[in-house]
Amino acid sequence: MKTILLTVTMLFIGTLSYGQNKNANASIEVDGVCMMCKKRIEKASLKTKGVKSASWNVDTHELKLIFDENKTSVEQIESNVTAVGHDTKSFVASKEAYESLHPCCKYREEGVVEDHK
Amino acid sequence: MKSTIYLILLFPLFLFSQNEIKGLVMEQNSKNQRIPLPGANVFWLNTTVGTMTSDDGSFKLPYDAAYKKLVISYIGFRTDTLLIETPKSIFHVLKASDDLGEVTISARRKSTATSYLSSQNISTISSTELLKAACCNLSESFETNPSIDVNFTDAISGTKQIKMLGLTSPYILITTENIPSIRGASQAYGLSFIPGTWVESIQITKGAGSVVNGFESIAGQINAELVKPTTDNRVFVNAYGSLNGRTELNTHFNTQVSDKWNTGLYLHANNRSQKFDRNNDSFLDMPLAKQINIMNRWQYTNLQKGLISFLNVRYLKDEKQAGQLSFNPKSDRLSNSVWGSEINTRRFEVSGKFGYVNPDIPYRSLGLQIAYSDHEQASYFGLNEYDIRHKSVYSNLVYNTIISDSRHKVKTGLNATYDRYNELVNSQVYDRNERSVGGVFEYSFDNLDALNLTAGIRVDHHNLLGTFLTPRVHARYTPWEKSAFRVSFGRGKRAANIFTENQKLFATSRQINVQSSGGAIYGLDPEIAWNYGVSFLQGFNVFGRKADLTLDFYRTDFENQVVVDYENPYEVNFYNLQGSSYANSFQAEFSLNLMTYLNFKTAYKFYDVKTQYDSGKLKKPLTSQHRYFANLSYESYSEKGEGVWKFDATFNWLGKQRFSSTEISPQAYQLPTYSPSISTLNLQVTKVFSEAFEIYLGAENITNVTQKSPILSSENPFGSNFDTTFVYGPIFGSTFYTGLRFKLN
Repeated sequence: MKTILLTVTMLFIGTLSYGQNKNANASIEVDGVCMMCKKRIEKASLKTKGVKSASWNVDTHELKLIFDENKTSVEQIESNVTAVGHDTKSFVASKEAYESLHPCCKYREEGVVEDHK
Repeated sequence: MKSTIYLILLFPLFLFSQNEIKGLVMEQNSKNQRIPLPGANVFWLNTTVGTMTSDDGSFKLPYDAAYKKLVISYIGFRTDTLLIETPKSIFHVLKASDDLGEVTISARRKSTATSYLSSQNISTISSTELLKAACCNLSESFETNPSIDVNFTDAISGTKQIKMLGLTSPYILITTENIPSIRGASQAYGLSFIPGTWVESIQITKGAGSVVNGFESIAGQINAELVKPTTDNRVFVNAYGSLNGRTELNTHFNTQVSDKWNTGLYLHANNRSQKFDRNNDSFLDMPLAKQINIMNRWQYTNLQKGLISFLNVRYLKDEKQAGQLSFNPKSDRLSNSVWGSEINTRRFEVSGKFGYVNPDIPYRSLGLQIAYSDHEQASYFGLNEYDIRHKSVYSNLVYNTIISDSRHKVKTGLNATYDRYNELVNSQVYDRNERSVGGVFEYSFDNLDALNLTAGIRVDHHNLLGTFLTPRVHARYTPWEKSAFRVSFGRGKRAANIFTENQKLFATSRQINVQSSGGAIYGLDPEIAWNYGVSFLQGFNVFGRKADLTLDFYRTDFENQVVVDYENPYEVNFYNLQGSSYANSFQAEFSLNLMTYLNFKTAYKFYDVKTQYDSGKLKKPLTSQHRYFANLSYESYSEKGEGVWKFDATFNWLGKQRFSSTEISPQAYQLPTYSPSISTLNLQVTKVFSEAFEIYLGAENITNVTQKSPILSSENPFGSNFDTTFVYGPIFGSTFYTGLRFKLN
């Protein structure tokens, strides 16, 4: 009995201290303007191995993520998002990536941002 | 020692709990210089915690980890919402907005919208669209939607029946909030038991739908979302009066009981006590009717824990009297001198929905639905008596999750139903119990771009239908912008409730023959059909105006059908299909925004519905091969939505419809092979006085088109040729109505 109890406790401790969160929540700011951006941002996030859910809010620019910490990290996801042309809080998309965006998605330009209001 | 450890453990918390946030708000002036902006509003979204920036543009605000969104606003500037993860200092530049108007409506949502993204061919009728049909219940809500046909079933009961893809409503799964509701005993009149004002929106799925709600749907699914205590008006009153003698009253009261509980009480009453016989056939053109319908809803919402649930209780009492003008139900019931009919219904319903969404993992959710109903109908039609009592229990448990990531979604569920039918057809008693348990699995894939696909399968074990599989698949592909190409196929299986679904047969002198084959339901076999469909939607611009075109083709192939055969004018025969039975439906729909607030919608439909009868392969009676529909709606514009005028016109043209054969009747009771074509026009005007009050006025069938003598042998209702089922058009002619809506929030 005691051993079982101990094992169970050990298992618990194991998950608590060792196992990284398989359903980690994170929320980052990603710049964008429209539903096309939304699609692109979410797709880039989801294509990152380990990301389970990604949803970007066009009004708040908030990208809500759920991912497996064993497989990926926020930085990894952010770098994939910037790779398709969207700036995040800590990373800036390369010029080439930004230029590849659809003209309607050029969120760095004032006029484009205005059009979407 | 121990206490020291605890102290150390607590440390990070202390370091973290910074409970204040500081910041600076600037504006960018015309010279592109940034200057501090004093007096700007800064507050946490959905809280009362807020402040104003001081003279140097700076602010301080209490911070709590629960606050996420900081709103910064100032008149003349665009309001910005910032996402705050950690309490650090904020530096923000507000940008001047072009205009000072608080609200500008740049794009209007269409009142009927077909999704570009869903894999199913779903069109949603919003509450705006529902208002176009001012009267009165669910069966009339479809009159401005070309996908659904609304017809009178007979010349006696005033009942309207809907059809989709050329098939009658028993082949459509009709649910209220995804709980099957119009089925079994409520099939014939059930649509008139859901008041129009209770309906928030309607979703129409053509073709094979989802497997989640059951195996019965064949032609499609219709779901009515009802108004909810949290979103409906606090007080709503609708009164309606028509020159055809119908009056209605709807009242809604919604209130918040606690921060998590809301409740709503919805009352509906209608009455028609005036007798009309405009066509002088000695029969009432429309039945006398009385209905009381009460629903109480309770809604529990706890977003922190991800819980939402609804509890509904509903009671309905409906009474109809039809037949000859001089009929007095007290003295003439079942007499053979004056023909009359009464249909009295009571229904009691309780249902509960419980939903749980894991707040941290929102793609995992669990839903449970449980519903109980007791439906009792006592009726007679001349000398035919028909009573039915149907008790039903429905339960459905669905779990949603994903595989690997949210592009791959999975639904699995368990479903159990129980139905008890007690029927009396003249002196014959039919009792049966139906029990089924089923398991569902549905996978959907969405590549977040051009393709999505849903494939579902269910296994059911039913005591009368046996154990069987129901597969259904639909997919959407977007080859280019603003388009959607869809395909679907699926199987449906059901037990035909031959009497309740075909109640119009009682208002005839026909002899009822059920040609038993030893099957489990009335001696007949279950109905099985496959439905296949393709549809294409394309949106485009015509002279800078939005337009869209939908083309769709569906085919339903019956493996077995309970054929309802009216081809002998003295009999109605029920038998299992021998040979083929199919329904092909083609629809082309075009809608165009002609001017801001002026919309035009038009549709053409072609039906080819044929069944192998004993007397040969024939077109389905009273189904027109061609149908044309047009709707024009205009809304005047007003800044605040006050003083708005709304105009709406709906035109319907129905081609000739085949009458079932009357060849062997005496000359006087013979009908031509086809009915004439008919067209009807409905108009409606609404004047919105304020957000709280509006009045509407309308005309139904304004050109006064009627079917001259809808009742065969009306002069001799107890003779062998009496028949009220040859109805192809309006019986009553033109009528005018008016009503008001009052809302308080």
